[in-house]
Amino acid sequence: MHNKTLTELRKALHQREYSSVELTRHFLERIERYGIQLNSFITVTTDIALAQAQIADKCLQSGNAGPLTGIPLTHKDIFCTNGVKTSCGSKMLDNFIAPYNATVVEKCQAAGMVMLGKTNMDEFAMGSSNETSFYGPVKNPWDTQTVPGGSSGGSTASVAAHLTPVATGTDTGGSIRQPAAFCGLTGLKPTYGLVSRYGMIAFASSLDQGGPIGHSAEDIALLLNVMAGFDKRDSTSLEHPQENYTTHLNDSIKGLKIGLPKEYFGEGLDAQVGKQLDVAIKELENAGATLHDIQLPHTYLAVPTYYIIAPAECSSNLSRFDGVRFGHRCDNPQDLMDLYKRSRAEGFGAEVKRRIMIGTYALSAGYYDAYYLKAQQIRRLISNDFTEAFKQVDMIAGPTTPTTAFKMGEKIDDPVTMYLNDIYTNAINLAGLPALSVPAGFVNQHPIGLHLIGNYLKESRLLNVAHQYQQCTDWHKATPPNFV
Amino acid sequence: MTWETVIGLEIHTQLATKSKIFSGASTAYGATPNTQACAVDLGLPGVLPVINEEVVRMAAKFGLAIGAEVAPRSVFARKNYFYPDLPKGYQISQYELPIVNEGQLQIEVDDKEKTIAITRAHLEEDAGKSLHEDFQGSSGIDLNRAGTPLLEIVSEPDMRSAKEAVAYMKKMHSLVRYLEISDGNMQEGSFRCDANVSVRPQGQKEFGTRTELKNLNSFKFIEKAINFEIERQIDVLEGGGSVTQETRLYDAEKNETRSMRTKEEANDYRYFPDPDLLPVMIESAFLEQIKTNLPELPDEKKQRFMQQYNLSLYDASTLTSSRELADYFEKTVKASNSEAKLCANWVMGDLTAFLNKNNLEITDSKVSATQLAGILRRITDKTISGKIAKQVFDAIWKGEGDDADTIIEKRGLKQVTDSSAIEKLVDEVITNNPKQLADYKGGKEKLFGFFVGQVMKASKGKANPKQVNELLKQKLL
Repeated sequence: MHNKTLTELRKALHQREYSSVELTRHFLERIERYGIQLNSFITVTTDIALAQAQIADKCLQSGNAGPLTGIPLTHKDIFCTNGVKTSCGSKMLDNFIAPYNATVVEKCQAAGMVMLGKTNMDEFAMGSSNETSFYGPVKNPWDTQTVPGGSSGGSTASVAAHLTPVATGTDTGGSIRQPAAFCGLTGLKPTYGLVSRYGMIAFASSLDQGGPIGHSAEDIALLLNVMAGFDKRDSTSLEHPQENYTTHLNDSIKGLKIGLPKEYFGEGLDAQVGKQLDVAIKELENAGATLHDIQLPHTYLAVPTYYIIAPAECSSNLSRFDGVRFGHRCDNPQDLMDLYKRSRAEGFGAEVKRRIMIGTYALSAGYYDAYYLKAQQIRRLISNDFTEAFKQVDMIAGPTTPTTAFKMGEKIDDPVTMYLNDIYTNAINLAGLPALSVPAGFVNQHPIGLHLIGNYLKESRLLNVAHQYQQCTDWHKATPPNFV
Repeated sequence: MTWETVIGLEIHTQLATKSKIFSGASTAYGATPNTQACAVDLGLPGVLPVINEEVVRMAAKFGLAIGAEVAPRSVFARKNYFYPDLPKGYQISQYELPIVNEGQLQIEVDDKEKTIAITRAHLEEDAGKSLHEDFQGSSGIDLNRAGTPLLEIVSEPDMRSAKEAVAYMKKMHSLVRYLEISDGNMQEGSFRCDANVSVRPQGQKEFGTRTELKNLNSFKFIEKAINFEIERQIDVLEGGGSVTQETRLYDAEKNETRSMRTKEEANDYRYFPDPDLLPVMIESAFLEQIKTNLPELPDEKKQRFMQQYNLSLYDASTLTSSRELADYFEKTVKASNSEAKLCANWVMGDLTAFLNKNNLEITDSKVSATQLAGILRRITDKTISGKIAKQVFDAIWKGEGDDADTIIEKRGLKQVTDSSAIEKLVDEVITNNPKQLADYKGGKEKLFGFFVGQVMKASKGKANPKQVNELLKQKLL
């Protein structure tokens, strides 16, 4: 049951091969068996899952079922879930029970999907290894000595180990695509504004975007159908007509112009990863795409620019965690200042504090122009690079990450090296473009990801290309040996 | 040395929307604490602000009314600071790109008109309220007010006295009420201001160091606070000291200002554009539509009153100081078929005195415009004298009758115009006062008034004064 695609599960549920309750129980059992080992869950919502599965079964019986009715999923613990702990991976929110549902959660629920639980993540989505979580690091099912990537590492580890068929994640600088690459999954960061941010705890508002994580392009296209859509509660939400992202999956990619930025294949990229990537790109060429050398000259500025803008926004977004109304509050505060200082000092972990301090500094009087304003100007240049590129090509391909999953503990004390792991993904968020990572093979038994970047709102085309790639490769079907 | 005062005001006016600026919660005043604060107002994790379009409309209306530029693109920014009644740890405000730029307002002080330039007006959300009593040493927080829309109107330092500052504040108060964008309720904090005050030697070009006075929520306090602060600054300077740039709080009970924080202690607010909100884009069609629906503004009305009713600048300004008062006046003129000046005198005189004495607003007057018009009609057609009219007014105010005619009838207050009856009274008075008659004839012409008074008294005020005058003139020749 746990190795099936969403389309297969749907068929089985509709043909009564098994019920949603049976399917849900099966996944809950797997979570019980493997969840602790991987540490991929913060909360398992057994009761809610079974109740939702029962409702789904009634819909299936009465013929009121939608495409994903009765199919289980997990939500990254950054999405607010009514009546359920929503921790964002932080001690600060360890006691926080959200009183409302995020739009994404609401939409999945309305589609009849079954929530198995809330997955582990880097604290407030700040991290690339899932080691900054208050709930401890998540392990990569492909090699439990390595990290699953981050910040949506709990979601990717859970999908990779078949503890859930699909999962939601969020991507501020690569937090869906990098862990998808490390865990051998397909993960999409949609165009900024396609998926509502309402109820998604903010890290960096102008960069944050929710998206689907699954084994295949087809699976995540089905989940994107549920997640995407205009939301009047999010002012940055796009008034884009609802699309069916599965419609064009089988279109031919003959004549598709794929750009290969020279900046993505140079220094910094692991030679073996590069070699494996060449094979993947060759597959696309075999399928009819044409390859073109292009330039994205401001690529080298993406990481520094990102590490001004994201911390600046986070320093302000995280001000609400002050111990006054919700979240962690220190014991016996002496006065207001003491309450603020100790609550925040105790509630936030090291990485979050580091970014709040960087961001506060970048926005301070006398530094604003040199840092924040300059970063916004460079952001425009980075964005212009892509605009120029998309005049020449339909899509851009490259590596998702410079290396495969690294060892736990290897980079946690060296933030700059850690940040450089997002060198190919950061720019996409700065530009607001859609991009996905598809499994593209292995280097020393560790998965690697092919990064496909599309122009604004070209999710359908991206998923089409990924699906076509998955028609001629089987990398997305591989299962970690210990989680069969 | 003679000192010149320089004042600029920042007025915070609460916009009269039903719901908050970024959420759907109600803005109604006085509810049980925290019953009108939704997830957005509480700043819960994950919530997002969405602009209330009505707020933009009101700000644009204001911009047009002060002849300002309504920005085609304005941007909300975050003002970051920590305070328990500020749920998100930042206030959403407008910083570099406000919605209204460069307008002006006419004020009158001592019958002279003056133009005060307005630098800008921007939209922002109000904070909640900290409650320091009744919590056994702890503080309570009421977030009902959090997210209430405010328009902050910033003037240039164009005022030169507390009196001018008050005139400006009053004029602005009148304007926002004319526009129906604020209820202007000062007790509930819907209209309040901070004043930037400095002094400089007369003739000096550079401004002196200013202080900012906070917490001014009545016209009386503004005047007192500014005057106190002017004196304080002059004392400091004349004593050889220098004024510290700081924020000072006005204490109404002690009538003094005291230091709250100095410039060095001021927060670094780390303003930056709010990434949760798109820029506010205003199209010309939107403005045109607002323009065509603008009400007649105080200055236009004032000009019209001067022309149409032949009133003085003072009368016209006073009568147009509020839309309700102006409406009352016009209704009175129309219904009374009387001289506008007579109506103006009554509205500004007796009516205002009664209202003030009873602490009532014009809208709560116990004598309606129609009732007042009924009284004035009887003055004009000489049924009663002005003096009797006051009795009639008093009677209606006290609810002793519904209209002037009934009261005049019931109490027999009708003016005596029968000349033979008046003549009889005149003769009696002359006969009964031989000494005064002799003195008058001997050249004491001032005594004429005495005779008029005596006749009026004898008629219980009902004799037509004009006829009395004429008859007396004839008889005393």
